[in-house]
Amino acid sequence: MTATPAKPASAVAPPAPAHDLAHAFKDALFSALLALGLFGVIMGLKTEQEPTGLILEQHWERVLWAVGIVFVGRLVLNLTIWRRPGGKLDDLMPKGLQKYGGSTGTAIGVILIAVALTLPFLPGAERYHVDLGTLVLTYVMLGWGLNIVVGLAGLLDLGYVAFYAVGAYSYALLASYFDLGFWACLPLAFILACFWGIILGFPVLRLRGDYLAIVTLAFGEIIRVVLLNWSEFTGGPNGIGQIPRPSFFGLEFSRGDDGFAAYFGLEFSSMHRIIFLYYVILVLAFVTHLVSVRLRKLPIGRAWEAMREDEIACRSLGLSIVRTKLTAFAIGAGFGGLAGAFFATRQGFISPESFTFIESALILAIVVLGGMGSQLGVAIAAVVMIGGFEYFREFEQYRMLVFGMMMVLIMVWRPRGLVSSRAPSVYLKERKKVGADMVSQGHG
Amino acid sequence: MAHATDTILRIDHLTMRFGGLVAVDDLSFEARRGEITALIGPNGAGKTTVFNCITGFYKPTEGRMALAHGSSDAFAHTDELTASPRQSWSGEGQALYLLERMADHDVNAKAKVARTFQNIRLFGGMTVLENLMVAQHHYLMRASGFTFLGLVGAPRYRHAERAAIERAKGWLERINLIHRADEPAASLAYGDQRRLEIARAMCSDPVLLCLDEPAAGLNPRESAELNELLLGIKREEQTSLLLIEHDMSVVMEISDHVVVLDYGKKISDGAPDFVKNDPKVIAAYLGVDDEEVDAVEAEVTQ
Repeated sequence: MTATPAKPASAVAPPAPAHDLAHAFKDALFSALLALGLFGVIMGLKTEQEPTGLILEQHWERVLWAVGIVFVGRLVLNLTIWRRPGGKLDDLMPKGLQKYGGSTGTAIGVILIAVALTLPFLPGAERYHVDLGTLVLTYVMLGWGLNIVVGLAGLLDLGYVAFYAVGAYSYALLASYFDLGFWACLPLAFILACFWGIILGFPVLRLRGDYLAIVTLAFGEIIRVVLLNWSEFTGGPNGIGQIPRPSFFGLEFSRGDDGFAAYFGLEFSSMHRIIFLYYVILVLAFVTHLVSVRLRKLPIGRAWEAMREDEIACRSLGLSIVRTKLTAFAIGAGFGGLAGAFFATRQGFISPESFTFIESALILAIVVLGGMGSQLGVAIAAVVMIGGFEYFREFEQYRMLVFGMMMVLIMVWRPRGLVSSRAPSVYLKERKKVGADMVSQGHG
Repeated sequence: MAHATDTILRIDHLTMRFGGLVAVDDLSFEARRGEITALIGPNGAGKTTVFNCITGFYKPTEGRMALAHGSSDAFAHTDELTASPRQSWSGEGQALYLLERMADHDVNAKAKVARTFQNIRLFGGMTVLENLMVAQHHYLMRASGFTFLGLVGAPRYRHAERAAIERAKGWLERINLIHRADEPAASLAYGDQRRLEIARAMCSDPVLLCLDEPAAGLNPRESAELNELLLGIKREEQTSLLLIEHDMSVVMEISDHVVVLDYGKKISDGAPDFVKNDPKVIAAYLGVDDEEVDAVEAEVTQ
């Protein structure tokens, strides 16, 4: 037996060891039975296509392994961690996750910014890393945009990818029909996405919670299906190709004499454009961050948060719920549109396939895991989720498993996301964090 | 001054039906400027429904609710305004609003009627100070140039924000919560939350403050503090008060005028002393004498 001695100072007396052992054994047996029920058929039997027809292969040794692991694992857990009074999965939580915020938060933020600024020039940074950084930053930006809608205004939006698509298609179509450049299209993409945010906002003004989630989900699908079927305009499933790349103050990243490399007297390298794109998204993400931090401290941001806390009280104080909701949807959507335009110019090719529901779910997961309303939390979650997702690519089939496990663990340890406390927008003496248990999550 | 006759709110034939239920039945009364008008009545008499109509949360089935800014001379325009499709009339430093035509947020933003709730509705996850800042939304919104000036950090907005914080500080000192300004509102004690809700409503700069059972759940000491606060508002601010209250010690002590409702109808209206001794009010609250019951039963069995 590897039982750890009970702490003497604990309030709850440790149960008698014999009873403990029997209990642990019984519990492990029960779990093993449960595992048998779950895995028995799923892992034990496999249908195989044979020339003679469908045959059933039997793999009972796999079931035995699974049940054995559950039994032993449960027994060990029972006798070690769960034995201690109050001992839960929480004990396994990394120290860094437990207390977090204040100086630690600032330090992490500064390190993240420093790494983000210098990434392309760090030793050992290759094209792959810069590309990955660009991808992560795109999701950071999307997360911050959605954070306005979900985290501040408390409106659960499952169709955020629609605005990403609107932004991407805005740029692609404006560029191919009117021959407009990236920088001219950026504000247009923002405005168009805002417009579609308002279009979505109107029908959902009176909806809350689950109902709102369903309608926003449907909206995301509508946009995608329209893009897919309106072939004459959007190219349908073939998408739009040859989207122009952004220029550096009019300088193209081309091999020619008037290209970026020639102008600055550098040797031509395809990395120049990659690095340039990286900095473009870095600037866009910073703009998103600065604007949303600013907005939070303005009356409009306080109105969003007040609406999340109590809609009826807002109305009694003269805040128009219509205006408050629509501005939240519009501005959140606008940042999604900017990210979309960037996505289009980076890829050079877009099709409706890039804007499926799973993207919405991923962005929402970043916001929820990061901590609704927290800028830093969302950034960390995006780095961990997107970066981690790529990192585990080597593990091929186990990637999703690890990914899922990670999400479950974060939700068990920190049910309200990594950074769950709320920083007040204004203060008299000191900026005290508001604990997560006080902050309401919004009613949709 | 002409306070005694200066009407601020005039309710005419207000009726509110929910399906077959008549919650408020042909109610007419007036609230006077600079006074505390109390609306009392047994449970289910329709008091909160009247409040919800006045503050725009319900659209009344019938009736007119006219609110005057400036002086009661504005009521001279009542018929003219009622005949027109407009919500309000204004001129010569006066204004008249027909509350039944306005959306709930406009009742506060334009007609300047603020309210509190029976079950306190604070922004629990926001700090005490932030709660008072949200109440000054329209002032700050204008100062921030509808967000655009504020976004670039214009000095005009920063001045306005400082002024708003000063104003909030003034109210926090008044309700004795200045030391808790940076704490979340949900962490306050019940009595403090009640006072904060009143201060928040006052920060929206109302001409009429509607309080729905402000003394509910308060102990006698807190109740006395509340009386002080309400009398202070009446004395020092340009705000008239309309309150629903069950606590008779509050009602009789501070109100100038009492309206009594029972089953949606007005059964008495007058000064506290008059209402206190009105047999109809006593009957509604305490039931009637046995002899009267016998008389009614005799009538029924005949």
